[in-house]
Amino acid sequence: MTGQSRPNRLLRNLSAKIASIPMVLTALCVFVGGTIWTVVYSFTDSRLLPRLRFVGLDQYERLWRTPRWLISIENLAIFGTLSLIFSLAIGFLLAALLDQKIRFENTFRTIFLYPFALSFIVTGLVWQWLLNPDFGVQGLVRSWGWESFTFDPLYNQDIVIYGILIAALWQGTGLVMCIMLAGLRGIDEDIWKAARVDGIPMWKTYLFIVIPMMRPVFITALVLIASGIVRVYDLVVAQTGGGPGISSEVPAKYVYNMMFEAQNLGQGFAASTMMLLSVLIVLIPWAYLEFGGRKRHG
Amino acid sequence: MADVTAISPAELAGPSGRRPRRAISRRNVFIYGTLLLVSVYYLLPLYLMIVTSLKGLPEIRMGNVFAPPVEITFEPWVKAWAQACTGLNCDGLSRGFWNSVRITVPSVILSILIASINGYALANWRFRGANVFFTILIFGAFIPYQVMLYPIVIMLRELGLYGGLWGLVIVHTIFGMPILTLLFRNYFTSLPEELFKAARVDGAGFWAIYLKIMLPMSLPIFVVAIIIQVTGIWNDFLFGIVYTRPEYYPMTVQLNNIVNSVQGVKEYNVNMAATLLTGLVPLIVYFVSGKLFVRGIAAGAVKG
Amino acid sequence: MRYGLLTAAFALSSALHASAYAAELEVTHWWTSGGEAAAVAEFAKAFDASGHKWIDGAVGGGGPTARTVFVSRLTGGDPMGATQFNHGRQAEELVEAGLMRDLTDIATEDKWLEVINPPTLLDGCTVDGKIYCVPINIHSWQWLWLSHKAFEDVGLPVPKNWDEFVAAAPKLREAGKLPLALGSQPWQSAGLFQVLMASLGGPEIFNKVYGDKDAEAAAGEEIKRVFAAAGDAREMAKGSNVQDWNQATNLVITGQAGGQVMGDWAQGDFQVAGQVAGKDYSCLPGLGVNEVIATGGDAFYFPVLKDEEKSKAQIDLARLMLSPEVQVAFNLKKGSLPVRGDIDLNAANDCMKKGLEILAAGKTVPAPEQLLSQDTITQINDLMVEFFSSEMSEADAQTRFADIIAGAD
Repeated sequence: MTGQSRPNRLLRNLSAKIASIPMVLTALCVFVGGTIWTVVYSFTDSRLLPRLRFVGLDQYERLWRTPRWLISIENLAIFGTLSLIFSLAIGFLLAALLDQKIRFENTFRTIFLYPFALSFIVTGLVWQWLLNPDFGVQGLVRSWGWESFTFDPLYNQDIVIYGILIAALWQGTGLVMCIMLAGLRGIDEDIWKAARVDGIPMWKTYLFIVIPMMRPVFITALVLIASGIVRVYDLVVAQTGGGPGISSEVPAKYVYNMMFEAQNLGQGFAASTMMLLSVLIVLIPWAYLEFGGRKRHG
Repeated sequence: MADVTAISPAELAGPSGRRPRRAISRRNVFIYGTLLLVSVYYLLPLYLMIVTSLKGLPEIRMGNVFAPPVEITFEPWVKAWAQACTGLNCDGLSRGFWNSVRITVPSVILSILIASINGYALANWRFRGANVFFTILIFGAFIPYQVMLYPIVIMLRELGLYGGLWGLVIVHTIFGMPILTLLFRNYFTSLPEELFKAARVDGAGFWAIYLKIMLPMSLPIFVVAIIIQVTGIWNDFLFGIVYTRPEYYPMTVQLNNIVNSVQGVKEYNVNMAATLLTGLVPLIVYFVSGKLFVRGIAAGAVKG
Repeated sequence: MRYGLLTAAFALSSALHASAYAAELEVTHWWTSGGEAAAVAEFAKAFDASGHKWIDGAVGGGGPTARTVFVSRLTGGDPMGATQFNHGRQAEELVEAGLMRDLTDIATEDKWLEVINPPTLLDGCTVDGKIYCVPINIHSWQWLWLSHKAFEDVGLPVPKNWDEFVAAAPKLREAGKLPLALGSQPWQSAGLFQVLMASLGGPEIFNKVYGDKDAEAAAGEEIKRVFAAAGDAREMAKGSNVQDWNQATNLVITGQAGGQVMGDWAQGDFQVAGQVAGKDYSCLPGLGVNEVIATGGDAFYFPVLKDEEKSKAQIDLARLMLSPEVQVAFNLKKGSLPVRGDIDLNAANDCMKKGLEILAAGKTVPAPEQLLSQDTITQINDLMVEFFSSEMSEADAQTRFADIIAGAD
């Protein structure tokens, strides 16, 4: 449809262009404009209110000298990798199970999805309790007689990030499952029939036929999970507040604390500029591969 | 062009996968076993919340969080809904309920409408430069909200929308756009292209194809979009409180006030009840809209 | 009594011609819990009685969230009638940006400098010699709360000061009790350190380090002793698996922990649990060593408004907040100390009375929020929470602390 030889290029697809005006405005004014604004002010010494008093790279120098920021990045890397893998895997598995013409599908789906609906301010507290060594799961198992049972992720600096992961998966996998389920439902029944006629085992059908067909859906899920990971904030605040010590700090929390608690906007902007920069480093090659040169549909 | 809307419900429904042969087979044991086991992980926190919300404070202070309440009390629920104080206004969550509805309904409709049209234009009507904007939009999904807080205050002030309901609706539409556009674009892309081509040959235009073909074929993805938006907007606290005046504050402001007092006595039971009450609306939406998780009607449409 | 009469006069006049004086004033604050809200209600009641109308704008989610909302409202061109901040430097830039109203005239007229005790409270409201806020209460951090039950269980007398407490720690440990309960949030660790510094180091060194930002003093012998005490505290708090301060307080209430260092707001939890000061628990101001308290607390600022009626109402509200009756009523509910030295708090409980005596004796230091920028405070918080939860050596911690003080503003 995108033939370029016809006249009136501007008028071609006019409806599509008009329909895209909100998107174009948002992209340019808010996201590009806002990002430039952030980058510019990251070179200033803005405190409570943004002000244009430039201090060069001072904010960045301080940022990379701060132990808390370095730990935040490390945590994000570990948490991000694991969360991405487990969310996709669990989300897809649950969706595939629900797609087996089972009874009570609606009930099971709601069970897996409900955590997404509950504000994390309080559910974070519940996970605090569950993972508390004294009165949580550890205490329960010990009271059954297994005295040496140890499960205290939130109070052990080395594994605290896994404690957060457990709650993050609890909250987020339901939505991934729904996206996967919608993707599965978009796949033609005939494909399943054909595979069955050919005697292909079910796991092979999933692995070699269905999943490749669902590539766009996987990308959606991937971006959704990844953007959630980069911005992860309230989960940590509600569960550990960054502790014990500063062992579960994450970048978005650093940005937030700097901007609003420390009243140091410049430092917060510098940190968020670094975050956005790393997103760009991943995103631009991907966009190039996805769109560059390819004219094919999908 | 086929009359898509005339397809019978029987053809609409039904998941894929093989039809179960017997009620109790190894396969069924495995499937239901796994689902039930996983359900425990998902339901344990809910159990804890419900149990806690039915206890009195002295009982909570005694410590065994797993124990069922010795004396069931519904007082925390009543308090959370109708009596908990937000400063001087002691009418609990009920105070912000209608504001939340008034914010959520237009925000969800507008954001999904715009994003689905975006996605459709991007998937089927690609024009020059479209992918650049799309990439920027995806980039936007990664921007921490907090960074944009003050620039948007200034933008809304200049537009004269600061403090009102519509300013907030626009903010929700903007921040919902990246993920939703991606969601719709990728879903439309994965649909068979023949459908679109056939409609073009029949002479259908931009809007006709959107309404008659794309919309009916994409119920599951619309449900996902509704789930994302209803949850996100209903639970939003920061935007609601930063961009509106107190008369429009959503219910989550009360929730936060009840839950997040730093120096006061913490009433865990009321906190739990308030959270469950706040989550009720998205939960109902999940359950009701779940029926729309139907198999796409792509095949039927082509054949018809 | 002057203000009481004034209030009564207002009430009377408003009853006669309510419409002539009435102005609606939106007041924003972050007091949302039960006791806090009850305290705010005292302000509102008095203000409504003066013929105006108090529109309550409570914003929960804690101070930082609320302050973000306040700043957005002010920059978005939608100012409220009055707003809370902690007194100190949180609102400095808003004042400099000309968004806040100058209250100097009223302050001179009503002789705030004489009335308000300690007078240093007004320093936090002063920018370039002008006064921009009304301090309304004093919250202090310097309290050690001790559980009588815990010490009875191990057969020890309840300690009278920090050193006795430290000496008793091993016995508590042996009995399976936690000597010192400490929540794991950063502000709690930083608070504990601040208390150790003011109480064990004394007001002089406290003022030198936080007030004059003297990095040399921060690296010196006296602070070294404070860090040594912090090391003891860290040892005593090991195994404190709680996060919120009130979960930690609950350990003290139930006798699972020996004690906790926490601000005067902890008293509310003891009261709710039905405990009696002196019988079930003890409170030691200044850790029983140096009876000194830091005068943190809250203040109200009044944004510049165009509406004249409302501007007048702002003045009425400012005066009302400082009037003796309202001060008593508010602070009793809030559990904080009044900012006036000339009023009588008979209804106060034992711990509060101890605080009042210390105030009357003038043994106070400014709160860190008044001396340091929020930026510096956050850096100190981060350092302290790291120190208290890791094996960081005391010397390393002191070096980093001195670094922060050197760069402080």
